[in-house]
Amino acid sequence: MFEVRGIVSAAGYLPFRRLQRSAITATFGAGGGKGTRTVASYDEDTTTMGVEAARLARSGAPDTAIDCLTYATAEPAYLDKTNATAIHAALRLDRSSVALDLGGAVRSGIGALRLALEGSGTSLAVSSDIRTGLPTSPDEASGGDGAAAILVGEGASVIAEYLGSGSATDEFVDRWRTPGERRSKVWEERFGETKYLPLGVQAWTAALAAASIDAVDVDHAIVTGMHTRAAAALTKKLALRDGVLVDGLASTVGNTGTAHPALLLAATLETAAPGAVIAVVSLADGADVLLFRTTDAIANFTPARAVATQLATGADVLYGKFLSWRGMVTVEPPRRPEPARVSASAAGRSGEWKFGFVGSRNPATGELHLPPATSVPGVEMEPAPMADVAGTIVTFTIDKLAYSPSPPIVFAVVDFDGGGRFPVEMTDVDATEVKIGDRVEMTFRRLFTADGIHDYFWKARPIRARGEGSTP
Amino acid sequence: MSSHGIKDRVAIVGMGCTNFGERFDTSLDDLIVDASNQAFTSAGTDKDAVDAYWFGTAQSGMSGITLARPLQLHDKPVTRVENFCATGSEALRQASYAVASGAYDIAMAVGAEKVKDSGYAGLNAYPIPNDGTARTLTAAAMFSMVAPAYAKKYGVDQDELKNVLARIAWKNHANGAKNPRAQFQREMSIEKICASPRVAGPLGILDCAGVADGAAAAVVVRAEDAHRFTDHPLYIKALSFVAGNGAGLTDPEYDYTHFPEVEASVADAYAQAGVTDPRHELAMAEVHDCFTPTELVLMEDLGFAARGTAWKEILAGSFDLDGELPINPDGGLKSFGHPVGASGLRMLFECWLQLRREAPEARQIQNDRPLALTHNLGGYPGEMVSFVSIVGRDQG
Repeated sequence: MFEVRGIVSAAGYLPFRRLQRSAITATFGAGGGKGTRTVASYDEDTTTMGVEAARLARSGAPDTAIDCLTYATAEPAYLDKTNATAIHAALRLDRSSVALDLGGAVRSGIGALRLALEGSGTSLAVSSDIRTGLPTSPDEASGGDGAAAILVGEGASVIAEYLGSGSATDEFVDRWRTPGERRSKVWEERFGETKYLPLGVQAWTAALAAASIDAVDVDHAIVTGMHTRAAAALTKKLALRDGVLVDGLASTVGNTGTAHPALLLAATLETAAPGAVIAVVSLADGADVLLFRTTDAIANFTPARAVATQLATGADVLYGKFLSWRGMVTVEPPRRPEPARVSASAAGRSGEWKFGFVGSRNPATGELHLPPATSVPGVEMEPAPMADVAGTIVTFTIDKLAYSPSPPIVFAVVDFDGGGRFPVEMTDVDATEVKIGDRVEMTFRRLFTADGIHDYFWKARPIRARGEGSTP
Repeated sequence: MSSHGIKDRVAIVGMGCTNFGERFDTSLDDLIVDASNQAFTSAGTDKDAVDAYWFGTAQSGMSGITLARPLQLHDKPVTRVENFCATGSEALRQASYAVASGAYDIAMAVGAEKVKDSGYAGLNAYPIPNDGTARTLTAAAMFSMVAPAYAKKYGVDQDELKNVLARIAWKNHANGAKNPRAQFQREMSIEKICASPRVAGPLGILDCAGVADGAAAAVVVRAEDAHRFTDHPLYIKALSFVAGNGAGLTDPEYDYTHFPEVEASVADAYAQAGVTDPRHELAMAEVHDCFTPTELVLMEDLGFAARGTAWKEILAGSFDLDGELPINPDGGLKSFGHPVGASGLRMLFECWLQLRREAPEARQIQNDRPLALTHNLGGYPGEMVSFVSIVGRDQG
């Protein structure tokens, strides 16, 4: 029997911090602009944001086994080493499911999604990006940080059926960055526009033909790309109905590059009605078009945390902090020894704890151990997954002396719902706003980097939005 | 559990203690030689007469060679011990048990730490290869969580508690001002302590112990041999030690207003020594005042004040030099700093001076009780080691 293939669940992840673009202008007398952009915290990288997006997407279909995890970013935390394995570990996927990076280019984001849709089995396509630029540059102001995850599968749980795609590819230099550079460079805009327009039209026409629909059938059109001018010009040539163009979140999030097509798609699915046709058009070294039609199942799709909810719960970051977090300025570090690199073998032994935040429970007493206790003769500990369990702050302190990439450390003793206590570092929080009794949730972060090894582990962060922090 | 103790079987017959401070011009070897020579002289003995050595250092050196080399010992058994901030106390405990066992006639415990060569303020632990998931807080931050928890549990106003904590620091500074060996030999006003810059939670820099280099040493012999060395030995009444299992960090019942490891170790010590009313049987106590909230809670854990009342007793001056039970008459960690390997023996050194009435007149305590207590802890609330010793002027 033919099974419908398409999107089973989708989620975007926006970091908590926002940069007011006017702060750039106020500092340098140049650059900046109106509105805000999202900013990955000092303890986030593309991998950790990918984990957060994947967790949100997966909570929409928690029991779905995932055959293949693809992870795309233009800003990988590691080269040589696969980054998708950290996401795989944080999601506690079965060892038999494959985890692959599609690295380097912005186009790999929509590419990962296309591969998932054109393939078989259940695939999770994760895309993530941190967009940087030199101070006052257009990239600095218009870029955004974020991630998205799209779960692709078959059957009755599909909320958006995949209708077909169209692509066009060409080799030309429009936007480029050599490995290790902190900034991208772009050729004169006009040249890119002349290349992108015909590529976009070609892919669009091919996709409509593949799906056997007309442009007027499209109810939600996402048209995106790092070349803003080309994307705007192409939109006019797509013969769309009025009012179907999806807001690109330029004034609030900025362009999240590799993650942007999937981020906008996730945001669109969160509010789409059944039977709606969604088009995703992405311009990056060519053009890619994906077409979907939402199913009746979308009526039951409740996003774990809607993009709109995340947009409403951010808080500003000082421009100086933003610059130091992105390595554009170096601030005085704490006068404490820097941490030593993580031991690969020690981390390898504690993967379930370190990446999955899985404690142990003594089945005889019900006692919960964080970190997990070692089984002893007569007591075989049971795994206790705690990453999705919310908690309450029992007490806390602010450490102004301890080493942190961005002091001070806010540290809280957290009691988890249903039992268990863990003293843990907090994040996405101002030291002055913490109170005993505050509700917190766990989030996957990068604690520090030493000898090029990233130390990934979990922190707690305040539950802010209404509907946040419910225990799945 | 059996804990029989070695009451009255071992005596301390000689002690030494260096000046504590930022001894940038003094090496670990210099400190070891200074403390050891003071102890040899005090006991009227020499390095060759001592049968075995226990050397406490947390991270200034490894193995017994760290002691054997500067003292130029020949064919002596030297054991290096480490037990967090109770390292110096651990050296005493092992040396005492060795003598009590009959294995040796004369043993020596030496503790030394060269903290100020690290180039950083505060104490810093050597990193052991790990999985990167352990917390990286300072001790100040961990102990700072005690203050709001105590205030909440006993309904003490936060500002009032700040005043209580400042008074602990004030008292220890006042005592240290009378001690020529202390790192800080000056009084500090309550106002200045309260106004010191915050370092962690409600704790200011003056709520924290100093950071210093130093060394101390003790010679122990069988009790029956003690008078061959001195007319005024101190007899060991109790030595107790508890290593916590870290359960407090993850136990939802733990409320940060007491230290279970301390309660367990002091109960053992009182049982060994036969002490039932510590507040009135002890002449004095040296306690581990690494941060002011630590001393507050210790007054209750050690049984010097009823639960929830230590803050009032502190304000009333019960633990002042001329109070009912003087606490840290030498100035404590607050005035001495905390060379980890030395601190436990430095505490014992004050008992040695006070019970023998050899303390400078300005800080000689006036009560005539025959017992003194030292308390030494390492680690953090929820995960610590705790040591208690009780020594006495008289046998029996």
